Amino acid sequence: MTDTEVVTTSPAVTLSGITKRFPGVVANSDVHLTVRTGEVHALCGENGAGKSTLMKILYGMQPPDEGDIEVNGRQVHFKSPSDAIRAGIGMVHQHFMLADNLTVLENVVLGAEGLYGIGAKARGRVRGMARSVGLYLDPDTLVERLGVADRQRVEILKVLYRGAKIIILDEPTAVLVPQEVDELFNTLRTMRADGYTFLFISHKLDEVRAIADSITVIRRGTTVGTVDPKTVTTRQLAEMMVGSELPSPETRESTVTDTVVLQVEGLTLETGDGRRLLDRLDLQVRSGEVLGIAGVEGNGQTELVETIMGIRKAASGRVLLDGQNLTRAGTLARREAGIGYIPEDRTRHGLLLTEPLWANRILGYQTRRPTARGAFLDIAGARKDTRRIVEQFDVRTPGIDVAAASLSGGNQQKLVIGRELSGEPKLLIASHPTRGVDVGAQAAIWDHIRDARAAGLAVLLVSADLDELIGLSDSIKVMLRGKFVADADPATVTPEDLGSAMTGAGHVDESGLLVTGGDE
Amino acid sequence: MNARLRSSLLAPVLAVVFAAVLCAIVLIVSGANPGTALGAMIGQVREGQVAVDIVNSTAIYMLAALAAAIGFHMNLLNIGIEGQYRVGALVAAIVGGAIVLPPVLHWLVILIVAAIAGAAWATLPAILKVTRGVHEVISTIMMNAIAFGLAAFLIRRDQFGILVGNNVTTEPIPSSGQVPGIDLGSKGTIFGLVFLAVIAAAVYGMVMNRTRFGFELKASGLSPTAAAAGGVNAKKMIVVSLLVSGAVAGLVGMPEILGRDHAYTLNFASGYGFAGIGIALLGRNHPVGIAFGSLLWAFLEKAKGALDNVGVPKEIATIMQGAIVLSVVVAYEIVKRMELAAEQRRVGQATGTAIAPAEEAAK
Repeated sequence: MTDTEVVTTSPAVTLSGITKRFPGVVANSDVHLTVRTGEVHALCGENGAGKSTLMKILYGMQPPDEGDIEVNGRQVHFKSPSDAIRAGIGMVHQHFMLADNLTVLENVVLGAEGLYGIGAKARGRVRGMARSVGLYLDPDTLVERLGVADRQRVEILKVLYRGAKIIILDEPTAVLVPQEVDELFNTLRTMRADGYTFLFISHKLDEVRAIADSITVIRRGTTVGTVDPKTVTTRQLAEMMVGSELPSPETRESTVTDTVVLQVEGLTLETGDGRRLLDRLDLQVRSGEVLGIAGVEGNGQTELVETIMGIRKAASGRVLLDGQNLTRAGTLARREAGIGYIPEDRTRHGLLLTEPLWANRILGYQTRRPTARGAFLDIAGARKDTRRIVEQFDVRTPGIDVAAASLSGGNQQKLVIGRELSGEPKLLIASHPTRGVDVGAQAAIWDHIRDARAAGLAVLLVSADLDELIGLSDSIKVMLRGKFVADADPATVTPEDLGSAMTGAGHVDESGLLVTGGDE
Repeated sequence: MNARLRSSLLAPVLAVVFAAVLCAIVLIVSGANPGTALGAMIGQVREGQVAVDIVNSTAIYMLAALAAAIGFHMNLLNIGIEGQYRVGALVAAIVGGAIVLPPVLHWLVILIVAAIAGAAWATLPAILKVTRGVHEVISTIMMNAIAFGLAAFLIRRDQFGILVGNNVTTEPIPSSGQVPGIDLGSKGTIFGLVFLAVIAAAVYGMVMNRTRFGFELKASGLSPTAAAAGGVNAKKMIVVSLLVSGAVAGLVGMPEILGRDHAYTLNFASGYGFAGIGIALLGRNHPVGIAFGSLLWAFLEKAKGALDNVGVPKEIATIMQGAIVLSVVVAYEIVKRMELAAEQRRVGQATGTAIAPAEEAAK
């Protein structure tokens, strides 16, 4: 239901010749972008293509080195986001900036008390505007009680309240399940009819085609072109973005064996006040099997992984690897027993950013060959093995003495994966292994996981990318509020089915298997 | 590697130059000639025992700075070195004066007792930190206060103190426990335990760069989360590093006690612990950096007496010490950022990837 009325109005935003240099790299070069008033304009590109930098420039967070910005036909020079807000531009960030312990009303008014005060007038305005963003709840509700979708609506409400007519949405669907995405799109369509203009940043091409009136593709810091979503296919779009052949996460034949590698029984994790973050979880991963864990973020996936790794201490339950009881073992002992771990946030959990690559090779392997001998490090061994990883996993780097921070996200991740697949692990725990990496690296990472699986590795895969999850997994478990609520067969399940199950709306048969293609 | 060496030298050199300029300005404003002041200080080194004093002080500062650096690697601020070395010195002096052993063995026992006493004094802050989350700065400062009180109590004449002349000391350590020095006649005597500091620095450098313990220590400081994911037990590292820091701190008083005083006296020097913290910052926790930092510190400390002779207040040396530490912290941060940006540029050029560092940094 893409709305078709094409109105020829004056452009809301015109960016011409925008160039922004950072030390050593050109984040944006000669970018041209025209956004008409009252349209949803999508900005597509891979991670690191320069979308965020461009939006930061438009929102006044960074000045461009060259180029002009025009808003509603007038040239502007933003020194700070408050200049942009004054010009009617608002930005909804990917990560919400809300105070949980304040109400919706307080969150909206916070920092904009000068507009309509904090009393009845402000309340009236918030009430009136809440409906237009699709927020149908009492403005005195505490934000901590709100779900992700409603929080996002509060964020949109915040920018509307500040008078924005042009709204930048930075990857708004990243945190939403498919049903919530549809609701968001309905809201955007209504608001578009009210005259709001949207700049929609995303790399999810199907979504972009569903909502956008025009799409501008950005690649390697420069605009490749603007296309009409009605005349372009997803594949064409993707090829504009990547400039090459597209990878797919499909796994071909099954390599699952009967050998159970990881056995988790009744695993329970509690907060200090006794609330259960993980509630009696059971799972098995066999040699040669990829078990995928689906779920909206914050439903216990992170906790599950960290508890299996021994970073968090389970309240009860058992963890066995190859029959060896690891329930009481520390993280290092679990790693030594044969678990490789790709953490969800490589910069915080996977790497020592300021250390050279070879030192990062030692992390997690400080007790084992080839990086250590007894209490001493084997630096020559670590360097040699780092060179092997760089070569085998195609880590693009001028050498192994550069700091990990100077590599791009994809190359950092390839280094982490190379490291975690060294030392012949029996089990690989991969949390969001392709998050924030470019398409090329993504394909390479999928290949490595597939190869390892074919070689008999058991893989526990947590991912928010449902296509990745369905494509790589041999079986899928859906997690909701710390419990497994459904099993799914990746051969038959669709992302929509999974999305329903993730919000608790799915139906399961008596064996716990998700009923697919069900009533929506 | 060359670039790394350059950058690690660049920051302290910049800082010392900046601090010198700052002091020169202070001197000029107060109506003195910076050249005369510096000349007087350098000239002082040739006077009497000053040169030997500088060497001896350097060794003491090195021990204190190494103790601080061990904590710094893990972002632990062991402010308690001051108290730990006092307790270490006092206990070692009491034990050393009470036993008689063959020479070398006697020294070793005293040194080990000093280290154990220093570590013991750091135990309570370590336990409080891992069990109750009490910040080590607060607990070690309080332990310092207790150490001073305890020392004052134990050296009373109804406890372990005896009257020697008009000074109260512990029982003198017999000659088997005294470490001979290098006698340079009228120039003074270099403490034998100067070599202890050199050995300690060498061992420290080796442990930090070559062992699993050093790696885990550094990793915990650089990124506690990554260290945890890499299997480093954070609580164990906190306890071990604070105890090792305390043990090294316990040795700080040893060169003077075993080499000169042969007892813990009422005039036992204070302030080495706090100087050590500054020097560890100046030396960026690197053993060679710490050695040079200690030398500079000792020079300023011992040569500043000459300033009064040329009509310059000798407190200018203290200003210089403070200015150096402050500017080295700032300079190091600036140089580090420049380095990273340069490296990203280099990697960007070498691999042709166009990723904005600011996006990464914003995370």
